Amino acid sequence: MQKIETKKDYQNYVDKVSPNSPSMLNFIKAFCVGGFICVIGQGINDFWLLQGLEKTDASGATSITLIFIGIALTAFNIYSKIGKFSGAGSIVPITGFANSIASPAIEFKSEGLILGVGAKLFQVAGPVLVYGISTSILIGFIYYITTLGA
Amino acid sequence: MATKKLGKQTVCFSTPPVISSTYSIVGPKEGEGPLGKYFDLVLEDEFWGEKTWEKTESKIVKECISGCLGQEPVSNEDVDFLLSGDLLNQCVSSSFGIRERSIPYLGLFGACSTFVESLALGSMLIDGEMADTIIGSTSSHFCSAEKQFRFPLELGTQRPPTSQWTVTGAGAALLKAGGNGPKITHATIGKIVDMGIKDANNMGAAMAPAAIDTLYQHFQDTGRTPEYYDYIFTGDLGKIGKKIVKELIKTQGYNLDSNYEDCGCLIFDGETQDTHSGGSGCACCATTFCGYIYNQLKSQKLKKVLLCATGALMSPTTAQQQESILGIAHTISIEI
Repeated sequence: MQKIETKKDYQNYVDKVSPNSPSMLNFIKAFCVGGFICVIGQGINDFWLLQGLEKTDASGATSITLIFIGIALTAFNIYSKIGKFSGAGSIVPITGFANSIASPAIEFKSEGLILGVGAKLFQVAGPVLVYGISTSILIGFIYYITTLGA
Repeated sequence: MATKKLGKQTVCFSTPPVISSTYSIVGPKEGEGPLGKYFDLVLEDEFWGEKTWEKTESKIVKECISGCLGQEPVSNEDVDFLLSGDLLNQCVSSSFGIRERSIPYLGLFGACSTFVESLALGSMLIDGEMADTIIGSTSSHFCSAEKQFRFPLELGTQRPPTSQWTVTGAGAALLKAGGNGPKITHATIGKIVDMGIKDANNMGAAMAPAAIDTLYQHFQDTGRTPEYYDYIFTGDLGKIGKKIVKELIKTQGYNLDSNYEDCGCLIFDGETQDTHSGGSGCACCATTFCGYIYNQLKSQKLKKVLLCATGALMSPTTAQQQESILGIAHTISIEI
Protein backbone atom coordinates (compact mmCIF):
# COMPACT_ATOMS: atom_id res chain seq x y z
CA MET A 1 0.00 0.00 0.00
CA GLN A 2 1.45 3.33 -1.12
CA LYS A 3 1.44 6.25 1.29
CA ILE A 4 -1.27 8.75 0.36
CA GLU A 5 0.12 12.25 -0.01
CA THR A 6 -2.49 14.38 -1.75
CA LYS A 7 -6.24 14.91 -1.60
CA LYS A 8 -6.51 13.62 -5.16
CA ASP A 9 -4.72 10.38 -4.23
CA TYR A 10 -7.09 9.98 -1.32
CA GLN A 11 -10.20 10.64 -3.44
CA ASN A 12 -9.01 8.00 -5.94
CA TYR A 13 -8.36 5.56 -3.11
CA VAL A 14 -11.81 6.23 -1.57
CA ASP A 15 -13.47 5.69 -4.96
CA LYS A 16 -11.71 2.33 -5.14
CA VAL A 17 -12.71 1.11 -1.67
CA SER A 18 -16.28 2.45 -1.66
CA PRO A 19 -18.89 0.10 -3.11
CA ASN A 20 -21.04 1.48 -5.92
CA SER A 21 -24.82 1.32 -5.99
CA PRO A 22 -26.04 -1.78 -7.88
CA SER A 23 -26.98 0.31 -10.93
CA MET A 24 -28.21 -2.46 -13.23
CA LEU A 25 -30.48 -3.92 -10.55
CA ASN A 26 -31.73 -0.41 -9.71
CA PHE A 27 -32.47 0.27 -13.41
CA ILE A 28 -34.51 -2.92 -13.69
CA LYS A 29 -36.44 -2.21 -10.47
CA ALA A 30 -37.09 1.40 -11.53
CA PHE A 31 -38.26 0.27 -14.97
CA CYS A 32 -40.63 -2.37 -13.57
CA VAL A 33 -42.13 -0.25 -10.76
CA GLY A 34 -42.31 2.91 -12.89
CA GLY A 35 -43.95 0.90 -15.66
CA PHE A 36 -46.38 -0.70 -13.22
CA ILE A 37 -47.43 2.75 -11.91
CA CYS A 38 -48.06 3.82 -15.52
CA VAL A 39 -50.15 0.69 -16.15
CA ILE A 40 -52.24 1.54 -13.09
CA GLY A 41 -52.53 5.11 -14.43
CA GLN A 42 -53.76 3.74 -17.77
CA GLY A 43 -56.31 1.59 -15.92
CA ILE A 44 -57.55 4.63 -14.00
CA ASN A 45 -57.73 6.61 -17.24
CA ASP A 46 -59.81 3.87 -18.87
CA PHE A 47 -62.05 3.81 -15.80
CA TRP A 48 -62.78 7.54 -16.08
CA LEU A 49 -63.40 7.22 -19.85
CA LEU A 50 -65.90 4.45 -19.07
CA GLN A 51 -67.59 6.80 -16.64
CA GLY A 52 -68.29 9.03 -19.62
CA LEU A 53 -65.61 11.71 -19.18
CA GLU A 54 -64.09 13.39 -22.24
CA LYS A 55 -60.50 12.41 -23.09
CA THR A 56 -58.92 15.59 -21.63
CA ASP A 57 -61.15 15.48 -18.55
CA ALA A 58 -60.27 11.81 -18.03
CA SER A 59 -56.53 12.73 -18.11
CA GLY A 60 -57.07 15.38 -15.47
CA ALA A 61 -59.12 13.03 -13.33
CA THR A 62 -56.40 10.36 -13.68
CA SER A 63 -53.71 12.78 -12.44
CA ILE A 64 -55.91 13.78 -9.49
CA THR A 65 -56.54 10.13 -8.61
CA LEU A 66 -52.84 9.24 -8.81
CA ILE A 67 -51.89 12.24 -6.67
CA PHE A 68 -54.47 11.17 -4.09
CA ILE A 69 -53.05 7.63 -4.06
CA GLY A 70 -49.47 8.98 -3.78
CA ILE A 71 -50.36 11.17 -0.80
CA ALA A 72 -52.37 8.42 0.90
CA LEU A 73 -49.46 5.96 0.52
CA THR A 74 -47.09 8.64 1.92
CA ALA A 75 -49.35 9.21 4.93
CA PHE A 76 -49.46 5.48 5.67
CA ASN A 77 -45.65 5.20 5.50
CA ILE A 78 -45.81 2.97 2.42
CA TYR A 79 -44.49 5.26 -0.33
CA SER A 80 -41.07 5.63 1.32
CA LYS A 81 -40.74 1.83 1.25
CA ILE A 82 -41.72 1.69 -2.42
CA GLY A 83 -39.22 4.51 -3.07
CA LYS A 84 -36.45 2.68 -1.27
CA PHE A 85 -37.05 -0.37 -3.45
CA SER A 86 -37.58 1.28 -6.80
CA GLY A 87 -35.66 4.59 -6.71
CA ALA A 88 -36.45 6.69 -9.78
CA GLY A 89 -39.24 4.26 -10.66
CA SER A 90 -41.46 5.84 -8.04
CA ILE A 91 -39.90 9.33 -8.05
CA VAL A 92 -40.54 10.18 -11.72
CA PRO A 93 -44.30 9.42 -12.01
CA ILE A 94 -46.77 12.00 -10.66
CA THR A 95 -47.18 9.89 -7.49
CA GLY A 96 -43.53 10.72 -6.70
CA PHE A 97 -44.29 14.41 -7.06
CA ALA A 98 -47.19 13.98 -4.64
CA ASN A 99 -44.85 12.19 -2.24
CA SER A 100 -42.30 15.00 -2.46
CA ILE A 101 -44.97 17.52 -1.40
CA ALA A 102 -46.70 15.40 1.24
CA SER A 103 -43.53 14.23 3.02
CA PRO A 104 -42.26 17.73 4.02
CA ALA A 105 -45.84 18.61 5.04
CA ILE A 106 -45.79 15.70 7.51
CA GLU A 107 -42.20 16.35 8.64
CA PHE A 108 -42.53 20.08 9.28
CA LYS A 109 -46.03 20.07 10.76
CA SER A 110 -44.35 20.44 14.16
CA GLU A 111 -43.10 23.93 13.21
CA GLY A 112 -46.65 25.18 12.59
CA LEU A 113 -48.85 25.72 9.56
CA ILE A 114 -47.11 28.86 8.30
CA LEU A 115 -43.37 28.56 8.96
CA GLY A 116 -43.51 24.77 9.00
CA VAL A 117 -45.90 23.28 6.45
CA GLY A 118 -46.33 26.47 4.42
CA ALA A 119 -42.67 27.41 4.12
CA LYS A 120 -41.27 23.90 3.72
CA LEU A 121 -43.97 22.33 1.53
CA PHE A 122 -41.91 22.78 -1.65
CA GLN A 123 -38.55 21.99 -0.07
CA VAL A 124 -38.08 18.99 -2.37
CA ALA A 125 -40.50 19.77 -5.21
CA GLY A 126 -39.55 23.47 -5.46
CA PRO A 127 -36.57 22.99 -7.79
CA VAL A 128 -38.67 20.68 -10.00
CA LEU A 129 -41.31 23.40 -10.34
CA VAL A 130 -38.79 26.21 -10.89
CA TYR A 131 -36.87 24.42 -13.60
CA GLY A 132 -39.90 22.60 -15.02
CA ILE A 133 -41.84 25.83 -15.52
CA SER A 134 -38.72 27.71 -16.72
CA THR A 135 -38.02 24.99 -19.30
CA SER A 136 -41.61 24.98 -20.53
CA ILE A 137 -41.50 28.77 -20.99
CA LEU A 138 -38.21 28.49 -22.88
CA ILE A 139 -39.48 25.69 -25.12
CA GLY A 140 -42.75 27.60 -25.66
CA PHE A 141 -40.76 30.65 -26.68
CA ILE A 142 -38.63 28.64 -29.13
CA TYR A 143 -41.78 27.03 -30.53
CA TYR A 144 -43.36 30.47 -30.98
CA ILE A 145 -40.30 31.87 -32.77
CA THR A 146 -39.87 28.86 -35.08
CA THR A 147 -43.55 28.81 -36.05
CA LEU A 148 -43.90 32.55 -36.64
CA GLY A 149 -43.72 32.30 -40.42
CA ALA A 150 -45.87 29.19 -40.67
CA MET B 1 4.52 24.98 32.44
CA ALA B 2 2.22 22.27 31.14
CA THR B 3 3.57 19.36 33.15
CA LYS B 4 0.85 16.95 32.11
CA LYS B 5 1.22 17.43 28.39
CA LEU B 6 2.84 14.53 26.63
CA GLY B 7 4.26 15.01 23.16
CA LYS B 8 2.31 17.16 20.70
CA GLN B 9 -1.33 16.46 21.40
CA THR B 10 -1.68 14.18 24.41
CA VAL B 11 -2.47 14.83 28.05
CA CYS B 12 -1.35 12.29 30.64
CA PHE B 13 -3.43 12.43 33.81
CA SER B 14 -1.42 12.21 37.03
CA THR B 15 -4.46 11.10 39.02
CA PRO B 16 -6.57 9.40 36.35
CA PRO B 17 -10.32 10.11 36.76
CA VAL B 18 -12.56 7.10 37.31
CA ILE B 19 -15.57 6.32 35.14
CA SER B 20 -17.77 5.51 38.07
CA SER B 21 -20.99 4.69 36.21
CA THR B 22 -22.57 4.88 32.78
CA TYR B 23 -26.08 4.76 31.37
CA SER B 24 -27.31 4.19 27.85
CA ILE B 25 -30.67 4.56 26.15
CA VAL B 26 -31.24 3.42 22.56
CA GLY B 27 -34.07 3.25 20.04
CA PRO B 28 -35.83 0.03 19.01
CA LYS B 29 -33.60 -0.64 15.98
CA GLU B 30 -30.43 -0.43 18.10
CA GLY B 31 -32.12 -2.64 20.70
CA GLU B 32 -32.64 -5.31 18.03
CA GLY B 33 -28.96 -5.07 17.03
CA PRO B 34 -26.09 -7.29 18.19
CA LEU B 35 -25.43 -5.14 21.30
CA GLY B 36 -29.11 -4.93 22.36
CA LYS B 37 -28.69 -6.73 25.68
CA TYR B 38 -25.97 -4.35 26.89
CA PHE B 39 -28.07 -1.17 26.84
CA ASP B 40 -29.77 0.04 30.01
CA LEU B 41 -32.99 1.05 28.31
CA VAL B 42 -34.39 0.21 24.88
CA LEU B 43 -37.25 2.39 23.65
CA GLU B 44 -40.34 0.77 22.18
CA ASP B 45 -40.77 3.42 19.49
CA GLU B 46 -38.97 6.46 18.12
CA PHE B 47 -41.38 8.99 19.64
CA TRP B 48 -41.31 7.88 23.29
CA GLY B 49 -44.60 9.67 23.92
CA GLU B 50 -43.46 13.02 22.53
CA LYS B 51 -44.86 14.97 19.59
CA THR B 52 -41.62 15.97 17.85
CA TRP B 53 -38.28 14.24 17.21
CA GLU B 54 -36.46 17.11 18.94
CA LYS B 55 -38.53 16.68 22.09
CA THR B 56 -37.89 12.95 22.04
CA GLU B 57 -34.13 13.45 21.76
CA SER B 58 -34.19 15.92 24.67
CA LYS B 59 -36.16 13.42 26.73
CA ILE B 60 -33.59 10.74 25.93
CA VAL B 61 -30.82 13.09 27.19
CA LYS B 62 -32.80 13.93 30.32
CA GLU B 63 -33.59 10.32 31.21
CA CYS B 64 -30.08 9.16 30.34
CA ILE B 65 -28.52 11.63 32.78
CA SER B 66 -31.08 10.67 35.43
CA GLY B 67 -30.25 7.03 34.84
CA CYS B 68 -26.52 7.71 35.12
CA LEU B 69 -26.96 9.61 38.39
CA GLY B 70 -29.40 6.95 39.63
CA GLN B 71 -26.70 4.29 39.55
CA GLU B 72 -24.76 6.05 42.28
CA PRO B 73 -25.54 7.82 45.54
CA VAL B 74 -24.98 11.13 43.75
CA SER B 75 -27.39 14.05 43.51
CA ASN B 76 -27.53 17.15 41.31
CA GLU B 77 -25.62 19.19 43.87
CA ASP B 78 -22.70 16.77 43.84
CA VAL B 79 -22.09 17.22 40.13
CA ASP B 80 -19.62 20.04 39.49
CA PHE B 81 -20.04 20.32 35.74
CA LEU B 82 -22.09 18.70 33.03
CA LEU B 83 -20.52 18.52 29.57
CA SER B 84 -22.89 17.60 26.82
CA GLY B 85 -23.48 17.99 23.10
CA ASP B 86 -25.42 16.64 20.15
CA LEU B 87 -25.94 17.08 16.41
CA LEU B 88 -28.91 19.42 16.31
CA ASN B 89 -28.42 23.11 15.59
CA GLN B 90 -27.24 25.03 18.67
CA CYS B 91 -27.03 21.70 20.62
CA VAL B 92 -30.68 22.01 21.63
CA SER B 93 -31.17 18.36 22.60
CA SER B 94 -28.62 18.74 25.37
CA SER B 95 -29.77 22.18 26.57
CA PHE B 96 -33.47 21.30 26.62
CA GLY B 97 -32.74 17.86 28.04
CA ILE B 98 -31.04 19.29 31.11
CA ARG B 99 -33.00 22.51 31.56
CA GLU B 100 -34.70 21.25 34.73
CA ARG B 101 -31.42 20.33 36.38
CA SER B 102 -29.42 22.98 38.12
CA ILE B 103 -25.98 21.72 37.18
CA PRO B 104 -23.32 24.06 35.73
CA TYR B 105 -23.37 23.17 32.06
CA LEU B 106 -20.92 23.44 29.20
CA GLY B 107 -22.40 22.72 25.77
CA LEU B 108 -20.01 21.04 23.37
CA PHE B 109 -19.96 20.50 19.65
CA GLY B 110 -17.55 18.08 18.08
CA ALA B 111 -20.16 16.37 15.89
CA CYS B 112 -19.90 12.62 16.50
CA SER B 113 -16.62 13.04 18.37
CA THR B 114 -18.43 14.89 21.18
CA PHE B 115 -18.64 11.95 23.59
CA VAL B 116 -14.89 11.51 23.84
CA GLU B 117 -14.46 15.30 23.76
CA SER B 118 -16.69 15.53 26.87
CA LEU B 119 -14.79 12.77 28.69
CA ALA B 120 -11.41 14.24 27.75
CA LEU B 121 -12.36 17.72 28.95
CA GLY B 122 -14.03 16.29 32.06
CA SER B 123 -10.87 14.36 32.88
CA MET B 124 -8.80 17.52 32.47
CA LEU B 125 -11.09 19.41 34.84
CA ILE B 126 -10.86 16.65 37.44
CA ASP B 127 -7.14 16.04 37.10
CA GLY B 128 -6.59 19.79 37.17
CA GLU B 129 -8.34 19.77 40.56
CA MET B 130 -11.14 21.99 39.31
CA ALA B 131 -13.88 19.42 39.84
CA ASP B 132 -14.58 16.17 41.65
CA THR B 133 -17.62 14.91 39.79
CA ILE B 134 -18.48 15.41 36.14
CA ILE B 135 -21.05 14.05 33.74
CA GLY B 136 -20.21 13.70 30.05
CA SER B 137 -23.05 12.86 27.70
CA THR B 138 -24.11 12.98 24.06
CA SER B 139 -27.15 12.06 22.03
CA SER B 140 -28.45 11.68 18.51
CA HIS B 141 -31.75 10.64 16.95
CA PHE B 142 -32.13 9.12 13.50
CA CYS B 143 -35.29 11.07 12.70
CA SER B 144 -34.14 14.50 13.95
CA ALA B 145 -30.81 14.07 12.14
CA GLU B 146 -32.51 13.07 8.89
CA LYS B 147 -34.81 16.08 9.18
CA GLN B 148 -31.91 18.48 9.73
CA PHE B 149 -29.29 17.03 7.41
CA ARG B 150 -31.13 15.12 4.67
CA PHE B 151 -34.72 14.72 3.55
CA PRO B 152 -38.12 14.29 5.20
CA LEU B 153 -38.50 10.74 6.46
CA GLU B 154 -41.47 9.87 4.25
CA LEU B 155 -39.71 10.85 1.03
CA GLY B 156 -39.22 7.75 -1.09
CA THR B 157 -35.51 7.73 -1.92
CA GLN B 158 -32.69 5.22 -2.05
CA ARG B 159 -29.57 5.40 0.12
CA PRO B 160 -26.21 4.57 -1.42
CA PRO B 161 -24.19 1.64 0.00
CA THR B 162 -21.68 4.07 1.54
CA SER B 163 -24.32 5.83 3.66
CA GLN B 164 -24.63 5.27 7.40
CA TRP B 165 -27.54 5.07 9.81
CA THR B 166 -27.70 7.64 12.63
CA VAL B 167 -28.04 5.89 15.97
CA THR B 168 -31.03 6.89 18.10
CA GLY B 169 -30.01 7.13 21.74
CA ALA B 170 -27.80 8.75 24.31
CA GLY B 171 -24.95 7.75 26.55
CA ALA B 172 -23.85 9.39 29.79
CA ALA B 173 -20.81 8.69 31.93
CA LEU B 174 -20.11 9.87 35.47
CA LEU B 175 -16.48 10.79 36.11
CA LYS B 176 -15.11 11.00 39.63
CA ALA B 177 -11.82 12.08 41.14
CA GLY B 178 -11.40 8.80 43.00
CA GLY B 179 -12.95 5.40 43.60
CA ASN B 180 -13.03 2.11 41.79
CA GLY B 181 -13.61 1.51 38.13
CA PRO B 182 -12.03 2.03 34.74
CA LYS B 183 -9.71 5.05 34.69
CA ILE B 184 -9.04 7.53 31.92
CA THR B 185 -5.26 7.70 31.77
CA HIS B 186 -4.58 9.72 28.61
CA ALA B 187 -6.44 11.95 26.21
CA THR B 188 -5.21 12.80 22.74
CA ILE B 189 -6.94 15.81 21.22
CA GLY B 190 -7.29 15.66 17.46
CA LYS B 191 -6.60 18.22 14.77
CA ILE B 192 -8.99 19.02 11.95
CA VAL B 193 -8.09 16.87 8.98
CA ASP B 194 -9.46 17.81 5.57
CA MET B 195 -8.79 15.32 2.81
CA GLY B 196 -11.22 16.98 0.43
CA ILE B 197 -14.12 14.49 0.63
CA LYS B 198 -17.40 16.21 -0.26
CA ASP B 199 -19.76 13.25 -0.39
CA ALA B 200 -22.10 13.56 2.61
CA ASN B 201 -23.14 9.98 1.92
CA ASN B 202 -19.63 8.74 2.65
CA MET B 203 -18.87 10.09 6.12
CA GLY B 204 -16.66 7.12 6.97
CA ALA B 205 -14.22 8.12 4.22
CA ALA B 206 -14.38 11.77 5.28
CA MET B 207 -13.56 11.00 8.93
CA ALA B 208 -11.10 8.10 8.59
CA PRO B 209 -8.02 10.32 7.93
CA ALA B 210 -8.73 12.19 11.19
CA ALA B 211 -8.91 8.89 13.09
CA ILE B 212 -5.62 7.77 11.55
CA ASP B 213 -4.00 11.12 12.39
CA THR B 214 -5.11 11.05 16.04
CA LEU B 215 -4.30 7.37 16.59
CA TYR B 216 -0.86 7.85 15.04
CA GLN B 217 -0.23 10.90 17.23
CA HIS B 218 -1.41 9.01 20.33
CA PHE B 219 1.07 6.21 19.65
CA GLN B 220 3.84 8.72 18.94
CA ASP B 221 3.16 10.85 22.03
CA THR B 222 2.81 7.95 24.46
CA GLY B 223 5.43 5.68 22.92
CA ARG B 224 2.83 2.91 22.94
CA THR B 225 1.96 0.58 20.10
CA PRO B 226 -1.47 -0.83 19.17
CA GLU B 227 -0.49 -4.10 20.90
CA TYR B 228 -0.46 -2.28 24.25
CA TYR B 229 -4.26 -2.18 24.11
CA ASP B 230 -6.64 -5.11 24.39
CA TYR B 231 -8.91 -3.34 21.97
CA ILE B 232 -9.00 -0.12 19.98
CA PHE B 233 -12.42 1.28 19.04
CA THR B 234 -13.25 4.09 16.65
CA GLY B 235 -16.56 5.93 17.00
CA ASP B 236 -18.62 5.74 13.84
CA LEU B 237 -16.55 5.12 10.73
CA GLY B 238 -18.67 2.24 9.49
CA LYS B 239 -17.42 -0.53 7.24
CA ILE B 240 -15.71 1.72 4.69
CA GLY B 241 -14.03 4.02 7.19
CA LYS B 242 -12.84 1.03 9.21
CA LYS B 243 -11.32 -0.57 6.13
CA ILE B 244 -9.56 2.73 5.29
CA VAL B 245 -8.13 3.08 8.82
CA LYS B 246 -6.87 -0.51 8.83
CA GLU B 247 -5.18 -0.16 5.45
CA LEU B 248 -3.78 3.36 5.66
CA ILE B 249 -2.43 3.23 9.22
CA LYS B 250 -0.10 0.49 8.00
CA THR B 251 1.62 3.08 5.80
CA GLN B 252 2.40 4.97 9.03
CA GLY B 253 3.97 1.88 10.55
CA TYR B 254 1.17 0.61 12.80
CA ASN B 255 -0.91 -2.52 12.41
CA LEU B 256 -4.48 -2.70 13.77
CA ASP B 257 -5.48 -6.01 12.17
CA SER B 258 -5.86 -8.00 15.37
CA ASN B 259 -7.46 -5.67 17.93
CA TYR B 260 -9.45 -2.97 16.21
CA GLU B 261 -13.19 -2.50 15.76
CA ASP B 262 -15.55 0.34 14.94
CA CYS B 263 -18.63 1.10 17.06
CA GLY B 264 -20.63 1.76 13.87
CA CYS B 265 -19.92 -1.80 12.74
CA LEU B 266 -20.75 -3.30 16.15
CA ILE B 267 -24.07 -1.62 16.93
CA PHE B 268 -26.01 -2.84 13.88
CA ASP B 269 -26.05 -6.06 11.93
CA GLY B 270 -25.39 -4.75 8.43
CA GLU B 271 -26.74 -7.93 6.82
CA THR B 272 -30.18 -7.95 8.42
CA GLN B 273 -30.75 -4.37 9.58
CA ASP B 274 -30.30 -2.55 6.28
CA THR B 275 -27.88 0.00 7.70
CA HIS B 276 -25.51 -0.03 4.70
CA SER B 277 -22.04 1.03 5.90
CA GLY B 278 -23.02 0.97 9.61
CA GLY B 279 -24.04 3.22 12.47
CA SER B 280 -23.19 6.87 12.93
CA GLY B 281 -24.13 9.87 15.08
CA CYS B 282 -23.00 11.08 18.48
CA ALA B 283 -24.89 8.27 20.16
CA CYS B 284 -23.10 5.57 18.18
CA CYS B 285 -19.85 5.85 20.14
CA ALA B 286 -21.61 6.97 23.35
CA THR B 287 -24.09 4.10 23.60
CA THR B 288 -21.60 1.47 22.44
CA PHE B 289 -19.16 2.65 25.09
CA CYS B 290 -21.69 3.16 27.91
CA GLY B 291 -23.43 -0.11 27.11
CA TYR B 292 -21.04 -2.66 25.68
CA ILE B 293 -17.44 -1.47 26.18
CA TYR B 294 -17.97 -0.30 29.77
CA ASN B 295 -19.50 -3.68 30.57
CA GLN B 296 -16.43 -5.42 29.13
CA LEU B 297 -14.16 -3.20 31.22
CA LYS B 298 -16.13 -3.75 34.43
CA SER B 299 -16.09 -7.51 33.93
CA GLN B 300 -12.37 -7.25 33.12
CA LYS B 301 -12.79 -8.96 29.75
CA LEU B 302 -11.02 -5.89 28.42
CA LYS B 303 -8.47 -4.12 30.58
CA LYS B 304 -6.89 -1.56 28.29
CA VAL B 305 -9.05 0.19 25.75
CA LEU B 306 -8.39 3.05 23.37
CA LEU B 307 -11.58 4.88 22.39
CA CYS B 308 -11.29 7.19 19.39
CA ALA B 309 -14.49 9.08 18.53
CA THR B 310 -14.67 10.58 15.07
CA GLY B 311 -16.70 13.58 13.93
CA ALA B 312 -17.59 15.25 10.64
CA LEU B 313 -17.57 19.00 11.05
CA MET B 314 -20.01 20.37 8.50
CA SER B 315 -23.48 21.77 8.11
CA PRO B 316 -26.09 21.41 5.35
CA THR B 317 -25.15 24.95 4.25
CA THR B 318 -21.42 24.23 3.87
CA ALA B 319 -22.26 21.03 1.99
CA GLN B 320 -24.52 22.96 -0.41
CA GLN B 321 -21.73 25.49 -0.90
CA GLN B 322 -19.49 22.62 -2.07
CA GLU B 323 -17.16 22.80 0.93
CA SER B 324 -15.41 19.59 1.89
CA ILE B 325 -16.28 17.65 5.04
CA LEU B 326 -13.79 18.28 7.82
CA GLY B 327 -12.84 15.34 9.98
CA ILE B 328 -11.88 15.36 13.66
CA ALA B 329 -11.07 12.59 16.11
CA HIS B 330 -10.36 12.60 19.83
CA THR B 331 -8.98 9.66 21.74
CA ILE B 332 -8.98 8.54 25.35
CA SER B 333 -7.10 5.67 26.86
CA ILE B 334 -9.08 3.73 29.49
CA GLU B 335 -7.51 1.19 31.78
CA ILE B 336 -8.79 -0.91 34.64
